[in-house]
Amino acid sequence: MSITRDEVAHLARLARIALSDAELDHLAPQLDQIITAVAQVQEVAADGIPPTSHATGLTNVFRDDEPVGCLTAAEALDQAPAVEQQRFKVPRILGDAS
Amino acid sequence: MTELTRLTAAELSAALATGEVSATEVTRAHLDRIAAVDDRVHAFLHVAAQSALAQAARIDARRTAGEPLGPLAGVPIAVKDVFTTVGMPTTCGSRILEGWHPPYDATITTRLKQAGAIILGKTNMDEFAMGSSTENSAFGPSHNPWDLARVPGGSSGGSAAAVAAYEAPLAIGTDTGGSIRQPAAVCGLVGTKPTYGGSSRYGVVAFASSLDTPGPFGRTVLDAALLHEAMSGHDPCDSTSIDAPVPPVVAAARQADVSGMRIGVVTELSGAGYQPGVLSRFAEAVELLESLGAKVTEVSCPHFSYALPAYYLIAPSECSSNLARFDAMRYGLRVGDDGVRDAEEVMALTREQGFGAEVKRRIILGTYALSSGYYDAYYGKAQQVRTLIIRDFDAAFGQVDVLVSPATPTTAFPIGERADDPMAMYLADLATIPSDLAGNAAISVPCGLAPEDGLPVGLQVMAPALADDRLYRVAAAAEAAFTDRWGQPLLAEAKGLRA
Repeated sequence: MSITRDEVAHLARLARIALSDAELDHLAPQLDQIITAVAQVQEVAADGIPPTSHATGLTNVFRDDEPVGCLTAAEALDQAPAVEQQRFKVPRILGDAS
Repeated sequence: MTELTRLTAAELSAALATGEVSATEVTRAHLDRIAAVDDRVHAFLHVAAQSALAQAARIDARRTAGEPLGPLAGVPIAVKDVFTTVGMPTTCGSRILEGWHPPYDATITTRLKQAGAIILGKTNMDEFAMGSSTENSAFGPSHNPWDLARVPGGSSGGSAAAVAAYEAPLAIGTDTGGSIRQPAAVCGLVGTKPTYGGSSRYGVVAFASSLDTPGPFGRTVLDAALLHEAMSGHDPCDSTSIDAPVPPVVAAARQADVSGMRIGVVTELSGAGYQPGVLSRFAEAVELLESLGAKVTEVSCPHFSYALPAYYLIAPSECSSNLARFDAMRYGLRVGDDGVRDAEEVMALTREQGFGAEVKRRIILGTYALSSGYYDAYYGKAQQVRTLIIRDFDAAFGQVDVLVSPATPTTAFPIGERADDPMAMYLADLATIPSDLAGNAAISVPCGLAPEDGLPVGLQVMAPALADDRLYRVAAAAEAAFTDRWGQPLLAEAKGLRA
């Protein structure tokens, strides 16, 4: 086995997905099968071969430092789940102060 | 007026230019067709009837005023729901973006509007472009117009189904591992993955940024070329956009000549795993190209056998990073915000309810491949294999002008057959993935029906980066010779909507 149910649960927590137990039961064996299959890349003799992250070979791209238009605050907030005082309203991000 | 929907984009363009028909008539005919068949095809997630007719009226007014207009002015088009469109929802086939109205247009959306193309609506897709069947859409699958019980391919399956069902003469999609060529092949259409960076990703919701490539669908090679030309070109808003002229794809489609061209048949993209009828139609296509004057040889690309596993490490890794933006804070779905739960709990609940099974699988797989301790063995190794695949292509293109293979290992499969078997689903992209990893250009063009099931087979042609025009020379030559042989376009055989 290449990946356990507990490892899948840990990865789901890292990826901020609150998987149910039933989903974990279903996903863990599928992921094990997929990881076993993709591990085939390890058969390839690739010592000293440089990695490719991107096929075009482009390096940094710059533009002239000139101001251009951007979204207004109203446009940026238009699709927000919650808004208060022209800001995105989000759930608390810190624990209780007590 | 139903016959207007049978015309190609090039034919519509000519009829519009002479004033024989108006953009309003053409648009209305396609909207009527959508109303008549889309309950069975489900190609569209959103039909923009009002804005399409308003856009058509503006084109008609401009034409009456004598303004010079481009070839796509007044020609309807269907847009995959991964391109942002102001005034229309953009869902990517996901609950997490249900009802979201983007604040800006994708560069390609803007170019289509500037070209005067009439946007009919947004097409169905596998959620966030992850899949090969549209079954991963949160809003239900699309159906293949050849046989409504089968998939239209994916992830751009709605776009392919719309064009094959004569709901639109043209459509755009995106190809990350085959998501344009595979649906084009199984729906009997022409579909192109342009050179990576040749078409802008700005405003295309990201799946795997080093692979995602927007491209055209058409019923003919010339139509695909016309759209390819209109949608392509450098975009300063996309840092990976290539600053080079668009290859002369329309001229190449009109040239339709392969005499003297060197064509390589890829040894590793055939044999085991390919349906016999796919292989026999492919072999016929190769013979046909040879009879038209091409020089055919067999070429080995030894690392192509590892393209699929490398892709299923690279694409999920990139997606696990890209989809982190769906955090329930600034737009999209938010679940469980009860004033008690903290932001991370809300995020995790939202992503649990907002994402479907395949998206979760890939995010978790990518998170695994990128985690410390596994990075070198999985993601790092896949990136090295990517280099070796690029070298295989470089060596092959030293000997031949283009490479050919079947576009897909099988014809369209029944809805449900692979829905809960991810590895079986992934195999649908066996032949298309190498070009994505290498960032070069490839096309699928119909080459007949598999004898065992009567379903379309696609011939894939692959060319070096920025030599997209070669695809159209080969595809147009094959299309002309096949159409002569068949006595009609292949799509005339599609039976799913007759009854």
